[in-house]
Amino acid sequence: MKTPLKFLAFGLITLAVASCSTPTNKTEEAGAVVDATPKGQASVVDDESAKNILQVAASSPDHTTLVAAVTAAQIEHVLVNAGPLTVFAPNNAAFEKLPAGTVENLLKPENKAQLATILTRHAAPGSYDVEALKKMVAKGRTLYMATGDYLEVTVDGDDVLINGCKIIGTINTSNGIINVVDQVILPK
Amino acid sequence: MNVKTMKKQHFINKLFALVVLAGVVTSCGSSENSKGALGSDVASQAYVTPGEHDDFYAFMSGGFSGQISVYGLPSGRLFRVIPVFSQDPEKGYGYNEETKPMLETSFGFVPWDDAHHPELSQTNGVPDGRWIFINGNNTPRIARIDLKTFETAEIIEIPNSGGNHSSPFTTENSEYIVAGTRFSVPFPQKDVAIDTYKENFKGTLSFISVAEDGDMDVAFQVLLPGYDYDLAHAGKGKSHGWMFFTSYNTEEEHTLLEVNASQRDKDYIAAINWKKAEEYMAQGKFKEMPASYVDNHYDESKQMAFSETRNTVKVLIPSECPGLVYFLPTPKSPHGVDVDPTGEFIVGNGKLSSDMSIHSFDKMIKAIEGEKFETTIDGIPVLQYEEVLSGIVAQPGLGPLHTEFDGKGNAYTSFFISSEIVKWNLETKEVLDRVPAYYSIGHLMIPGGDSKKPWGKYVVALNKITKDRFLPTGPELTQSAQLYDISGEKMKLILDFPTIGEPHYAQGIAAELIAPNSLKYYKLEDNNHPQAIKSPNDSRIERDGNIVRVYMGAIRSHFTVDNLEGIKVGDKVYFHITNLEQDWDVPHGFSVMGANNAELLIMPGQTETLLWEPQREGVYPFYCTDFCSALHQEMQGYARVSDKGATTELKWSLDE
Repeated sequence: MKTPLKFLAFGLITLAVASCSTPTNKTEEAGAVVDATPKGQASVVDDESAKNILQVAASSPDHTTLVAAVTAAQIEHVLVNAGPLTVFAPNNAAFEKLPAGTVENLLKPENKAQLATILTRHAAPGSYDVEALKKMVAKGRTLYMATGDYLEVTVDGDDVLINGCKIIGTINTSNGIINVVDQVILPK
Repeated sequence: MNVKTMKKQHFINKLFALVVLAGVVTSCGSSENSKGALGSDVASQAYVTPGEHDDFYAFMSGGFSGQISVYGLPSGRLFRVIPVFSQDPEKGYGYNEETKPMLETSFGFVPWDDAHHPELSQTNGVPDGRWIFINGNNTPRIARIDLKTFETAEIIEIPNSGGNHSSPFTTENSEYIVAGTRFSVPFPQKDVAIDTYKENFKGTLSFISVAEDGDMDVAFQVLLPGYDYDLAHAGKGKSHGWMFFTSYNTEEEHTLLEVNASQRDKDYIAAINWKKAEEYMAQGKFKEMPASYVDNHYDESKQMAFSETRNTVKVLIPSECPGLVYFLPTPKSPHGVDVDPTGEFIVGNGKLSSDMSIHSFDKMIKAIEGEKFETTIDGIPVLQYEEVLSGIVAQPGLGPLHTEFDGKGNAYTSFFISSEIVKWNLETKEVLDRVPAYYSIGHLMIPGGDSKKPWGKYVVALNKITKDRFLPTGPELTQSAQLYDISGEKMKLILDFPTIGEPHYAQGIAAELIAPNSLKYYKLEDNNHPQAIKSPNDSRIERDGNIVRVYMGAIRSHFTVDNLEGIKVGDKVYFHITNLEQDWDVPHGFSVMGANNAELLIMPGQTETLLWEPQREGVYPFYCTDFCSALHQEMQGYARVSDKGATTELKWSLDE
């Protein structure tokens, strides 16, 4: 799924060109360009530690859309924070299941806040691997997400589902856990 | 006011007038200085933009705090306090089971010392960033700190020493670091009347070998007359192979040294030919003497310290080893002895002398060859003063203590009484500049300034007295350092900053020689601590009599078991906690209510152990003390303590 990345790159170039040609009138755009690459924890250079959630996602060819969306929503610093965080990470195929044009629309700068909320609903404070999630089901707990929502966890045979989205893989990272899901988690 | 103090006062007045005059002259010549250093815009020179790094590390002795503190230059920002000779509850050093052995001595556990002189290891006469050494003055010891981990890796006790002050100065390739005794003591130690000092007291100068891996060993000691040995520095370049020690109290007095030790015109710099010493050692010309001292190592693989006691030491006696030691007469209680980057000039800072005597290494060798001896003491030839003297710096100030070098032919000497730094030319002995220090400077430090290649950009004044320089904090004030730019002809004060303990001496080094090697975390796979756990599933409790061992992990944001039962009053509970993180800058802390020691502060991949001896039945919380994560405040657990005779089952769990 290369389109969003290309789109994003194109957008940035456009902004950059615009801000260069008319520097005085385009401060807002110029600011946006600067903000797109803020210096924060995501820019810490560390090739030695175990990889964090963002680094793992960025190195996965199946999560290019998610990473592009995280970048566009400017929440990459959250994913490198001390955490611990559990991210239910829709793969590229999951994004492709959305109605045509949805992703492209969300990646537009004016929809940044909406995109951030959607993505943040995929993150839960705490470390939840599949075993921990099964225990939650057994104990009748719900899953508290970073947006403040509670999501339903269910077990279907060996599968664990979050609001009906199936976990199809789990990766431990330095600052939490990535559970790959087959659908984008939308509010019920 | 008696005659003596009146004279002194008169001298100070004269000096003051001179300083004022000098100030007026320089201010006429330079508009930049017209407002004085404090009035001009100098802040930017010490300013390091937020997020940017300093150019230099400065390692400052914590003096009587017993520790080393690490600062950045030019900003003066404090990065870390490295616990060395003193227990540190913040880091659990000397409190946890792993590091308690580091503070063992032949006198038992000594949890404090007076740390004076940090000294960076060198390769080819240049600081190399591998280790920094520091002396413990009170219970004679030397510590080696690993600059990959910034942790104390070894502490070795020095036998036959009464106070390890002239230490731990290094040779060009850290073949040896040295330890000269400040206080002479009976040799070997015995119960004698103090007034038999001249007969029974001796001074030892110890040479500590440093192996490839850093391991220190007392290679040999040289037995000298019962003087006070003050400071030292190694020869460099052409004088490599020699080590120079200052002495005072060559009167060999044992009371009121303030008066008695200043009776003679000159004391001595002892020049030791350590290459010659190696020959004598190889020939077996040493005496093996009984001694008792302890060598403590921190084993990075096992992640704990071990103590070994040593029972003998090899001693060289100068009268039996011709050519090993020579005395260079130097006026009035020389304090620092500093060798310039070329190895030619040996600067004796006679602290009670009005002039400074600079010896020449070439002349010293000639005088030895020509046997220009004025006398011999215990088989040690005393060279004729005029035969070794390169020249004097006349009336440079009052109370010269130490000299460092900029590598451009200039020397910078600290003056305690006149409270100033004086810059002078090594060849011409001409004074070039002087700046006041606030107040009463002791040592001074130029990064690399006692090595062959100084980074001659800054000098740091390490001051003894602060008075009104900062906001007051009751009777005890912060001690302080001052940073001067020495890149131009004139020294320029650019920053004052407070320090921890007494910043006795310091070493500076270019940041790029250390920063890239700094360890980010300990690899769990290399953790060979006998009580480490590698996975949360290995968490458990074991009982053996009244010894209870809790094997526990810490990972954001929980302990890998957090409900413990079956502990009883009278048990010795060892919490062996492994930080299971493999991520930069994610330590976990651990503390338990009522523990009679301190916290643990466990680096990622590390295992540490806290001993808890619960005294009362009840249920006691434990928690993570280092803010580790968003759910740090939730990182807690409970330990149930039952009565001695209770039958409570040993039980541990997480989320059950």
